Amino acid sequence: MTGQEVAFLILAVVGGLAGLLVVTSRNVVHAALYLVVALSSVAGVYLLLAAPFVAFVQVIIYVGAIVVLILFGIMLTRAPVGRRVLDNTLRARVGAFVVGAGVFVMLTVFLAGAFGEARIANQAATATAALGNSIFRNYVLPFEAVSVLLLAALIGAIVLARRD
Amino acid sequence: MPLLYPLIFAAFLFSAGVYGVLARRNAVMVLMSIELMLNAVNVNLVAFNAYLQDQLVSGQVFALFVIAVAAAEVGIGLAIVLLIFRNRETVNIDEVDLLRW
Amino acid sequence: MKELAWLVPALPLAAWAVILLVGKRLPDGGAPVGLLAVAVGWVISLAILFGVIGGDHDAYHVAVEWAAFGPGLEIPLGMTVDGLAAVLLAMVTTVSLLVQLYSVFYMRGDERYTLFFAKLSLFTSGMLIVVLADNLLLLLVGWEIMGICSYFLIGHYWEDAANARAATKAFLTTRVGDLGFMAGIFVFFWAAGSFEIERIIEGVESGRISSTTVTLGAVLLFCGAIGKSGQFPLHTWLPDAMAGPTPVSALIHAATMVAAGVFLVARMYPVFEASGTVLNEIAIIASITMLIAALLALVQDDIKRVLAYSTVSQLAYMMAALGVGGYSAGVFHLFTHAFFKALLFLAAGSIIHAVHSNNMSEMGGLARAMPLTFITFLTGALALAGIAPLSGFWSKDEILTDAWNAGFGQGHEGLATSPAVAQVVFVTGVVTAFLTALYVARMLWLSFGAAYRGQGHPHEAEAGILFPLVVLAVCAALAGFVGLGDNSISTWIQTPLLPSEGPATLNLGLIVAATAVALLGLLAGTALYRRGLPEHEYLERFPPVWTVLQRKFFLDDLYERVLVRGVAGALAPATYWFDQRVIDGVVDGVGLGTRRLARGLRYVQSGQAQWYAAALFLGVVGLAVVVTQLVGR
Repeated sequence: MTGQEVAFLILAVVGGLAGLLVVTSRNVVHAALYLVVALSSVAGVYLLLAAPFVAFVQVIIYVGAIVVLILFGIMLTRAPVGRRVLDNTLRARVGAFVVGAGVFVMLTVFLAGAFGEARIANQAATATAALGNSIFRNYVLPFEAVSVLLLAALIGAIVLARRD
Repeated sequence: MPLLYPLIFAAFLFSAGVYGVLARRNAVMVLMSIELMLNAVNVNLVAFNAYLQDQLVSGQVFALFVIAVAAAEVGIGLAIVLLIFRNRETVNIDEVDLLRW
Repeated sequence: MKELAWLVPALPLAAWAVILLVGKRLPDGGAPVGLLAVAVGWVISLAILFGVIGGDHDAYHVAVEWAAFGPGLEIPLGMTVDGLAAVLLAMVTTVSLLVQLYSVFYMRGDERYTLFFAKLSLFTSGMLIVVLADNLLLLLVGWEIMGICSYFLIGHYWEDAANARAATKAFLTTRVGDLGFMAGIFVFFWAAGSFEIERIIEGVESGRISSTTVTLGAVLLFCGAIGKSGQFPLHTWLPDAMAGPTPVSALIHAATMVAAGVFLVARMYPVFEASGTVLNEIAIIASITMLIAALLALVQDDIKRVLAYSTVSQLAYMMAALGVGGYSAGVFHLFTHAFFKALLFLAAGSIIHAVHSNNMSEMGGLARAMPLTFITFLTGALALAGIAPLSGFWSKDEILTDAWNAGFGQGHEGLATSPAVAQVVFVTGVVTAFLTALYVARMLWLSFGAAYRGQGHPHEAEAGILFPLVVLAVCAALAGFVGLGDNSISTWIQTPLLPSEGPATLNLGLIVAATAVALLGLLAGTALYRRGLPEHEYLERFPPVWTVLQRKFFLDDLYERVLVRGVAGALAPATYWFDQRVIDGVVDGVGLGTRRLARGLRYVQSGQAQWYAAALFLGVVGLAVVVTQLVGR
């Protein structure tokens, strides 16, 4: 068990637990904070997977912007608290659990069947320059498209949310 | 490390997100669960990128794009939730069933 | 002339249509149309009869294909005009004509006068169709026409619920017999391959049809005759049928419709002759019927009911004759009975019209008030009792002779009736003759003798009513003479298979005995009823006997309890339940099932996004599993 794997396991456990708590917590604000933990652990996983730039972007955008956005949303919608308000009926929850478990089992089985033996080789962290090169040379079109999408989303959000 | 580790981690996060989408009544919570799912997808992408040691680092590029799109989506999603809240005083998505039979 | 025979039923049928459509606008409410139709038919029938008397004994047969449902299932529309048909044609048209003439006066002022004549015309055509039909299906058509007309006519005054019930009873009771009749027709069709009477008779004679089939078919056909001719046990409808107007009783329930059963047996006689079982059955049933009917006639107050039971009894005489091999005796009695019974009914109508009541307890002393009615009624009554030289004597005597010969003497060769049965027939015939004379005398004395017991002022009927009475009285008196001599009715109705037995053999001893019995009955009746209605009827002194007779041997009660209540009480509600729950249930169920399915399916459009998402994920999982399983791992 290499150090890398140990680190990964710790991060995975923390992240998994946090993710679980996000979806089962009775308090919306707590759920948002658990989300922060989960997203951060994912950033840590990125670091272990030789993707430092992605990890930083994850922290900045996700943890920084998106979670803040969510917190604002919670605040503006008078975040209610309590199981009765936040969760669906028991029947729906059981159904959801079944579906979720089904998805997990299916994914695990298939992935294990397909990639059971594969290993990730030790490698140097991807240089940001390489990433930038790739984006602006090979994937410049999707990059522009995503930019336009962000612009549209920005304008759209303003239009939708303004009071007139 | 075995490729399976991050993949299983991603699968778990994804399944948790699925559960959250289906079991939560609050619209904002549903959005949070969707974020979980998107993150799971990202982990998958980055893991495969590391496994395949792609020259073009496409996995990470794609992951970046997904993050951007996720951000856009959360923005719009919350704008919609706010609008619904303003009109109906509730963010209980059970009560937003205008497309009902 | 025989080629024109088809006009005889066709004209009254046309008259029915005309009267129904435009009758109300015609002068005298359409009655002349009906009269004319029957009159023309009457002339043709007489012409044909004279031809037969003149020696033309060949059967004239013509047929047209009516419908074909494939090879072997052709249904012809044809007529057979032989001696038997000629005699019946003449009798039916004569009585019909006289009854229609009578009705013009009797039914005057009736609010459904026009409809009455329409019904009478339709009925007449029905009977004539039966007489002329050459195949059993066509006969059945005429048979059923008569059945429904009987229903309509009995229920002419349907405002009174009792009349409607009587009509229904008549119709349903004869229907029961008709079921057997139809079954018999099909048995013979299946056995002989054709509905035509000639083919069937040929099949029986040639031995092609097995004797069991013949017996079965004949028994079933006889069921129809039992119903229509009011034999035991289906006789219960006839007395109740007196609810109809008197002309109806005279025409339908004396001379024509009830005679159709006898005619059927006579028409298909070679078939019946071939089976001893059937002949015995006919004879036994007839014996029972004639006896109980005569007994019941003794205790009736309603004059029409006396005559109704008398009809049942006399029809039984005809059937009994046929049962012991007396083909011509039976037809002869049919012929004479038509005249004197129609006469009696029409005369009774005249009385009823005068005293405004059917009940003999409100009559009496009418001989002085209505002399012509009295004389004609007397003629008919004595003919009924069998007093020489009136017609009834000759025909009844022939029947008794045939019964005697079959039972104690030498019946005609090959007769399949068992001698014991024929002896029973003879004995009951004699006893019934006594009873007949007894109730005839009672009827005469109670209506015409002693003093008037009623409330009104009876006076003689008008000329229009008296004329038919006189004509019929003459017929009733003289009709018997057709049985005498070389060229007798027996010769007229003979067929190659049923050769004439020659002139009526006059067994002197039998004549004396029969007359003695009749006179005895008349004397007894006179003695008992000379002074009019007694305080209590004589038979009331024997309570059990009286009860049995009053309750008509409990037959009506039996039928009511078992059949009517069984069907109405149990079968009908069960059928109704089945119809409502099962059949309607299936129909409703289609609707309900669709609704339920829809109620389930609508959740697909719940409007709740989470539900859609759940379905989506589940679908993905499912697809993944399926695809990998199919493609192989």
